[in-house]
Amino acid sequence: MAEYNTPTSEPEFHANFAQLKPRMNRTEALFESSRCLFCFDAPCIKACPSGIDVPQFIRQINTGNTTGAARTIYEANYFGNACGKVCPTEVLCEGACVYNLQDMKPIEIGRLQSFATREAIEQDKKLFSAGPPNGRKVAIIGAGPAGVSAACELRSLGYEVDVFEAKAQPSGLTVYGVAPYKITNEEVLAEMAYLEAQFGFRVQYNQPITSRRELEALEESYDAVFLGIGLGLTNPLHLPGEERANCVGAVEFIEQLRQRHHQTAVGRKVIVLGGGNTAMDAASESARLGAEDVILAYRRGKEEMGAYEFEYDLAKGVGVKGLFNVAPVEIMGNGKVEGVKFIRTATLNGQVQPVAGTEFVEPCDMVIKATGQAKQLHLLRLIPGLQIDGKGRIVADERTGQTTNPKYFTSGDARNGGAEVVNASAEAKAAARGIHEYLSAGL
Amino acid sequence: MPDLSINFAGIKSPNPFWLASAPPTNSGYQVMKAFDAGWGGAVWKTLGVPVVNVSSRYGGVNYRDKRMMGFNNIELISDRPLSDNLREIEEVKKRFPHHAVIASLMVQSRQEWHDIVRDVQNAGSDGIELNFGCPHGMCERGMGSAVGQEPEVLQTIVEWVMEVAKIPVIVKLTPNISDITEPAMAARRGGADAISLINTIQSIVGVDLDLFAPYPIVDGKGSNGGYCGPAVKPIALNMVKNCAQHPDVQLPISGIGGIESWRDAVEHILLGASSVQVCTAAMHYGFGIIREMTSGLEQYMTEKGFHTIYDMVGKALPNVKHWEDLNLKYKVTAEINEEKCIGCQLCYTACEDGAHQAIRLNEGTRVPEIIQENCVGCNLCSLVCPVEQCITMERRDDGTEHLTWKERTEAGTIPTEFDDERAGGRHHWVPAPAAALGKEKHKTLPGKARQYAAADAAALESSAVERPK
Ligand SMILES: Cc1cc2nc3c(=O)[nH]c(=O)nc-3n(C[C@H](O)[C@H](O)[C@H](O)COP(=O)(O)OP(=O)(O)OC[C@H]3O[C@@H](n4cnc5c(N)ncnc54)[C@H](O)[C@@H]3O)c2cc1C
Ligand SMILES: Cc1cc2nc3c(=O)[nH]c(=O)nc-3n(C[C@H](O)[C@H](O)[C@H](O)COP(=O)(O)O)c2cc1C
Ligand code: SF4
Ligand code: SF4
Ligand code: SF4
Repeated sequence: MAEYNTPTSEPEFHANFAQLKPRMNRTEALFESSRCLFCFDAPCIKACPSGIDVPQFIRQINTGNTTGAARTIYEANYFGNACGKVCPTEVLCEGACVYNLQDMKPIEIGRLQSFATREAIEQDKKLFSAGPPNGRKVAIIGAGPAGVSAACELRSLGYEVDVFEAKAQPSGLTVYGVAPYKITNEEVLAEMAYLEAQFGFRVQYNQPITSRRELEALEESYDAVFLGIGLGLTNPLHLPGEERANCVGAVEFIEQLRQRHHQTAVGRKVIVLGGGNTAMDAASESARLGAEDVILAYRRGKEEMGAYEFEYDLAKGVGVKGLFNVAPVEIMGNGKVEGVKFIRTATLNGQVQPVAGTEFVEPCDMVIKATGQAKQLHLLRLIPGLQIDGKGRIVADERTGQTTNPKYFTSGDARNGGAEVVNASAEAKAAARGIHEYLSAGL
Repeated sequence: MPDLSINFAGIKSPNPFWLASAPPTNSGYQVMKAFDAGWGGAVWKTLGVPVVNVSSRYGGVNYRDKRMMGFNNIELISDRPLSDNLREIEEVKKRFPHHAVIASLMVQSRQEWHDIVRDVQNAGSDGIELNFGCPHGMCERGMGSAVGQEPEVLQTIVEWVMEVAKIPVIVKLTPNISDITEPAMAARRGGADAISLINTIQSIVGVDLDLFAPYPIVDGKGSNGGYCGPAVKPIALNMVKNCAQHPDVQLPISGIGGIESWRDAVEHILLGASSVQVCTAAMHYGFGIIREMTSGLEQYMTEKGFHTIYDMVGKALPNVKHWEDLNLKYKVTAEINEEKCIGCQLCYTACEDGAHQAIRLNEGTRVPEIIQENCVGCNLCSLVCPVEQCITMERRDDGTEHLTWKERTEAGTIPTEFDDERAGGRHHWVPAPAAALGKEKHKTLPGKARQYAAADAAALESSAVERPK
């Protein structure tokens, strides 16, 4: 039985994809902030990849200084509002909150964070401005969390910044990838507009950088280039039948969902291949789009899934069923997908082995491959001297983000291989400082 | 089943809970409703000279998310016609003959006092309370706290009242005075049957940051008000105790101030009150809170084996001493229960910055450690710890020795010089002043600075001066 009816209008879509972390009102924020103990050397700060001074901003909320709270947040993380809603807080700040050790509900840090920043955005509070021009220019490729954060920080340091973005909207996967029940498009874009207005960087949309000629032009006109290109499309599985209609990549499916909402086509019986967080998202999203059955198929056991436990719980909560220790062999069908042929697997010495003679076909009318994103190797290979590691990640200095081509810097998914918005945002801030250090050194 | 009834200076009441003279006792309607709900008595909203009230009368003090932890008002005495009040008192008494109705009064001349006392007696009041406490408006007209602050005037007025009073007279005292026992003794000298305390404390509960005016704001301006509610209980308890312990007061005490639950009431009673009055809590939550109060009191009395209220009146008084009579040989130090500790390190920062540097942090754990030699047993860490029974103060002396400051004074062993070897703080380890510089700064910097300071932090930490192990 489907838990959700197929949404046919915007309101129905929003009902099915209701926000997991709804906005707090002032009273709720006051109550919640007053629970915070204001720990010394607070563990929540250390657990935040962007090191937000959590007790400080919570105290600011509690004393009625919401604007100051927003400043504290943004000083550490330019995606402050988005992160409050999309961060896996269960394993980050809230997971570290000392209340957990007393078996009590941790402080709702994420929601408080979004409460403060949302208010600053809506009231258009001027918290930041560009630094005095220093006469130097940086080009940024990609307007995702990494690119935009680097742009903000560089502007505050006085750089002229041009961002080149392949898509029509900023924020990268925050608006094209993150599940809609975590944050709405409007909310993401409002934060982007807020940042753009304060820092005054220029973004050229629908401007993919794809050729050596374009890269050369950037190298000539800019003092440094920042690569905030993230990852690419879904990796192919190289399975027979993969080309059949209704066999889609998770990233592509979700991008459509984010842009077209209820007009996104979903099957009646969907099989999602994968065991990571993207797989959990795709499965939950299919269910909320009204799919009657959603099966999550993973090669290994349940415990070995890469996804966070709370993400799997979320998927289970909307009726998704798990199918473990099975590997897809072929996508069956006649033009369109009609099922997936699996073989059962066993794990021997850490290696997944197919068990001969255990093939079976699970019928379905849609397959979503959530088996990882490809790297943008074609582009990266056009950059002279740029070293890439065995997993396709750009090699760069931990602290400064400088790549093996000194003019190029990077951070975010392109360098860490795929993490969270908060990582991209925090690392990009550090990389912007790295660029500043590098360009200031010669003076 | 314990007996909750009282006979307070001749005023009988089914339980010790009375509504204080205030808005909840403004009308017969409210008093009947309160008696119906279970209140034992009501001190009628003060009757007296004609007044006019302002609009916008109350201000609150919120603590974090808690509303009205403190409360203040700039209201005056009853503005309803005296005849209406007298008629309603009569009506209430007819309906509730066994409940206590006490008329609170405030007028000026001897004749006025005589008249109004006769009026309320005729209406059937069980007692009279003289309001010598109102700290705003009325005092400017020579009444209220203006009387309560002048023991001789107070005594004179009490004498006037006693000339005609046939029912018990309670004098309500103002806390806006340095020694509460002075007016209490004056009340006794004047012949009063009992005292009640405290009335409200002169206060400004807050200032509007945009209008630059104190709350409550009346057309852009404000005035001092009278403070009450949970915040004032500690002050009230101390004053109740002072009156109860004073050998020349010796009057029944009606305890007032910050009473919101049975516990607060019991505290007042243990310090000498034999009836209690409630205002703010009834204004905040309504008359229904009486059920929790009576059931809590009954439960407590049952558990303690008290049969009547009088079994516990003043029971804590023998244990309230002067500082000089406390045992200087008694010694406690803090102990952290590692199993319970959640690692908030509030105890650490409190002791480190606010007490005696007797808690250290150790590498690899968030559970702090008490440096027993440095702990003076101040209790601070156990007060800030958010986990119940996590930090306990453990007794370290063997209980065999008892020596007070008074005894030391008599024996001539008290320290007398600035660098006296016999002083308390001698030989107590304190870190060298310069060891403070840079220590842990990185842990208290704002978020962004913290990130960039992290590198220097390691260097600083390693150079930090170690305490004796
Ligand atoms: C399905 C899914 C769900 C996720 N859910 C969450 C979540 O709930 N919470 C969370 O914190 N994180 C989540 N993430 C991860 C998070 O979105 C990423 O870690 C983060 O967006 C990475 O930021 P980035 O700037 O490095 O890359 P991206 O967000 O990928 O941004 C890269 C940008 O560069 C542009 N670009 C790429 N190549 C070029 C080019 N050649 N020229 C011009 N522009 C280019 C892209 O169009 C894009 O706008 C999720 C990821 C996925 C895939
Ligand atoms: C709004 C208000 C009006 C009051 N009016 C009177 C009054 O008319 N006469 C009086 O004796 N006390 C008056 N008081 C003082 C209360 O009776 C009581 O002494 C004081 O509020 C402390 O008790 P609490 O802790 O219950 O607040 C008033 C208090 C408040 C809050
Ligand atoms: S750990 Fe929890 S309680 Fe402590 S400061 Fe952080 S949010 Fe507040
Ligand atoms: S009792 Fe006082 S001195 Fe002792 S450890 Fe606690 S805070 Fe420090
Ligand atoms: S205050 Fe209590 S819970 Fe917090 S660190 Fe100290 S002992 Fe542990």
